Amino acid sequence: MKAFQFNEKESQITDEKVFWNRRDFIQKAGIFVGSGLISANVLGQSENEEGTKQDKLIKQKKAQLLTNQISGKDLKSELTSEYAVTHHNNFYEFSLDKKEPSELAKNFNPDLSWQVKIGGEVEKSGIYTLEDILKRVSQEERIYRLRCVEAWSMVVPWYGFQLGHLIAALKPNSNARYVEFKTLHDSKQFPGQKRGTFGSFSLPWPYTEGLTIAEAMNPLTFMATGVYGKSLPGQNGAPLRLVVPWKYGFKSIKSIVAINFTKEQPVSTWNQRLPQEYGFYANVNPDVDHPRWSQASERRITNESFWGVKKIKTLMFNGYGDLVGNLYKGLDLKKNY
Amino acid sequence: MFPIQLLPHILSLLPLAWLIFAIFNQMLGADPQEKLMSDLGFWGMTILFVSLSMRPFSILSRYLSAFRRISWLKFRRPFGLYSAFYLFIHFICYLLFILQFDWGELTNEIIERPYITVGFIGLIGMIPLVLTSTKSMQRIMGRKWQKLHKLVFIIMGLSLIHFIWQSKSDLNLATGYVIWALALVLIRLANSKIIKSAEGTFRT
Repeated sequence: MKAFQFNEKESQITDEKVFWNRRDFIQKAGIFVGSGLISANVLGQSENEEGTKQDKLIKQKKAQLLTNQISGKDLKSELTSEYAVTHHNNFYEFSLDKKEPSELAKNFNPDLSWQVKIGGEVEKSGIYTLEDILKRVSQEERIYRLRCVEAWSMVVPWYGFQLGHLIAALKPNSNARYVEFKTLHDSKQFPGQKRGTFGSFSLPWPYTEGLTIAEAMNPLTFMATGVYGKSLPGQNGAPLRLVVPWKYGFKSIKSIVAINFTKEQPVSTWNQRLPQEYGFYANVNPDVDHPRWSQASERRITNESFWGVKKIKTLMFNGYGDLVGNLYKGLDLKKNY
Repeated sequence: MFPIQLLPHILSLLPLAWLIFAIFNQMLGADPQEKLMSDLGFWGMTILFVSLSMRPFSILSRYLSAFRRISWLKFRRPFGLYSAFYLFIHFICYLLFILQFDWGELTNEIIERPYITVGFIGLIGMIPLVLTSTKSMQRIMGRKWQKLHKLVFIIMGLSLIHFIWQSKSDLNLATGYVIWALALVLIRLANSKIIKSAEGTFRT
């Protein structure tokens, strides 16, 4: 399969139909690969287990449901409009406003030569270009819910690769308990990183995020290079961003230039800035309110029209509990928010 | 010459005109309801601050002959009423778009969310000021009117806390408003001191 197109003009050549067909193929392939993986890893059941035909059918159906959750194909009818996805972005490196990043990112067009430094407790450390990385993984589309800690949400068609596949190729050693990510720190390209008169009210740069290795290896955890059939626009975190759909949006770090495998829990920028309000885990949880506002419901942005928002109940783990719930067994989610 | 008494009306209606225009031209971003609500609150607070700036303007105009003839104090009433108008539609937008008329949630939110509590108290505080804003009420109430309308300084403080508290972390604009509020209070205090010391010199 051809690598994802980054040049704006080139991506216009790949017309939408071709893109969707390609995706359908990948989805079908994904189900085949995915169901084996899920029944083994996620459900924790051994393949040898004896069962009646009915049991097998139920198991198969469950696995099918989980594969659908991973690909997100059931969410296809709920997609948030492309305009809303690309014009409602919390990307403080550009601006504290949500609409301004779409204007300020016009000249931020990184290409395949974008460099990512991989280090820490890992065998294949070094500096990789995005091109190098994309050679080692296969890309596919995933439709995920995105729930912001500010209580708005979207459904986004990402394009990219499963982070676990990259990690497997990089071969972290047994000391690697966490994965740390960093956003580019360059105030020439990111005006929001300039220290102005009131600069102290922004964030400490570079933006840093982290996951446990188990979270990073979960089949849902995704690295996006594209959205809505196009390469990622600057405001959505071009050219490479994390997508962790069961966590609040701020965990899904944008424009990544470093991935480190660490022994110790990495810093999470928002946790560092306001530790009482934003935790390291930041799992979507309707029962644990933000100290200043409720997380029980959310404003689902379907499109940018005046009546394009609907209020819905927030789901535990943003609706991905079947796939990630086992990661937090025995963990007090009220304390580890 | 430009009828200067129209100034508060024109200035106060500009943000609303812009917001209406922006709604119809989809210029309020991807969550226009939320933007409309927060902008109305922001302008309600700003117009309140403008209203409270009229006294300092008239004080400072003593030293600036060009502005001495403007009767700043007359602008306080229209600005104050427009501020209340914005804050009430701000609250209606909150009920309509954020709560979607879930009354049970409203009571919860008012009790549990300090920034909503603070905003709500400020809004309730506006009601007696609006009801007693007429000249006849001013005459009837006499000295009590002055006392009652001191409430506006508490409302200013509450609106500022509400503004700071609802933000995720962006305090840039809020800092400007804190400085503005401090200036409003300090100019008044300095002025009353000058007047008192002037009275003192007369007596001796």
